[in-house]
Amino acid sequence: MKFPPSSPGARIVAFGDYQPANVVTNADLVARIDTSDEWIQSRVGIKERRIAGPDETVGDMAVVAGGKALAASGLSPSDIDLVIVATCTQLDQIPSAAAGVATRLGIEAPGAFDVNAACAGFCYALAVANDAVRAGSARNVLVIGSEKLSQWMDWTDRTTCVIFADGAGAAVVSASEEPGIGPVAWGSAGDRADKIYMRENKYLHQEGQAVFRWTTTELYPVALEAMERAGVAPEELTAFVPHQANLRIVEAIARKLGAPQALIARDIVTAGNTSSASVPLALSRMIGRGELPSGSTVLTMGYGAGLTYAAQVLRIP
Amino acid sequence: MAHSEQEILAGLGEIIDEIAGVPADQVSPEKSFVDDLDIDSLSMVEIAVAAQDKFGVEIPDDQLKDLKTVQDVITFIQK
Repeated sequence: MKFPPSSPGARIVAFGDYQPANVVTNADLVARIDTSDEWIQSRVGIKERRIAGPDETVGDMAVVAGGKALAASGLSPSDIDLVIVATCTQLDQIPSAAAGVATRLGIEAPGAFDVNAACAGFCYALAVANDAVRAGSARNVLVIGSEKLSQWMDWTDRTTCVIFADGAGAAVVSASEEPGIGPVAWGSAGDRADKIYMRENKYLHQEGQAVFRWTTTELYPVALEAMERAGVAPEELTAFVPHQANLRIVEAIARKLGAPQALIARDIVTAGNTSSASVPLALSRMIGRGELPSGSTVLTMGYGAGLTYAAQVLRIP
Repeated sequence: MAHSEQEILAGLGEIIDEIAGVPADQVSPEKSFVDDLDIDSLSMVEIAVAAQDKFGVEIPDDQLKDLKTVQDVITFIQK
């Protein structure tokens, strides 16, 4: 038996993102449910979010974000040999989003599958893509996070429907001489599966206080472990781009990293919580605004239902 | 080692000042977290975590909703 030669490293060569056109402000929600702009901003830090159209699917949004990342990479569709979509909000269990997305992007016969690690999904998928390239199982991987939370919302539940939103973000991962994606620090806590779930009643349920306590007290060691495993000190970080769950969670974790110089992603303010899409969406938008120079070092971290979590250090293309 | 009521009140005052920006001298036993001190449910979690670090008493999430006043928290920590 023989194996193809492995690659010393893998790196992200391009990002892409997509947000639906429909902007829903806090004022729009106040008109529908008993809440207020002040309540939403002080509890979760969101001013506005995007909601997909009724016919717009997880796959549709993934195609747009993935297509942008592919175009920005300079690669052709035939160069991509693996497509991974992180999502937990498709209505259909099968087929996966990934196979159809690949076909619509003109990528012929790649390996294709979805990853469900809830809001940690993109960081899990990126770790798998990194390993696939380094092991020689793929040369170029398209990794996409795409979510339509709006179709799992109880739009009368003011504790959830003000938080969650729709969108997609994507990255192309390619072989490289120098590693540009650090080792993943990941894990799960299945004993707390009941803290966040979506069941057949169609609505997302979350125990807000329990999730807040978990994220603000137990996750920063995971972030520190990802930095240590990559050999990157906190003072070397240009930015911290965690899952955009809630601005207070983001800021609470950031305070414990020992990286006061790092820019903290606050994409949630105008994007809401888009689950596995939030990390690539934030990264792509921050790069688009010139906030993350090429070659800069960024720490990403996803965390969510499962419970699941994953963190890794990246170099910006 | 049990803490006296005065020790717990002083400690809670420091915690609430740091987390919610409410001056410690305004934190008195009869005050309601929500109605008097304007502290929301997420800040209550942060206060519970800080109180656990300080006094070594775990305040689980399912107990938090019953702790409406500063005195309720003092009593919970003492027992």
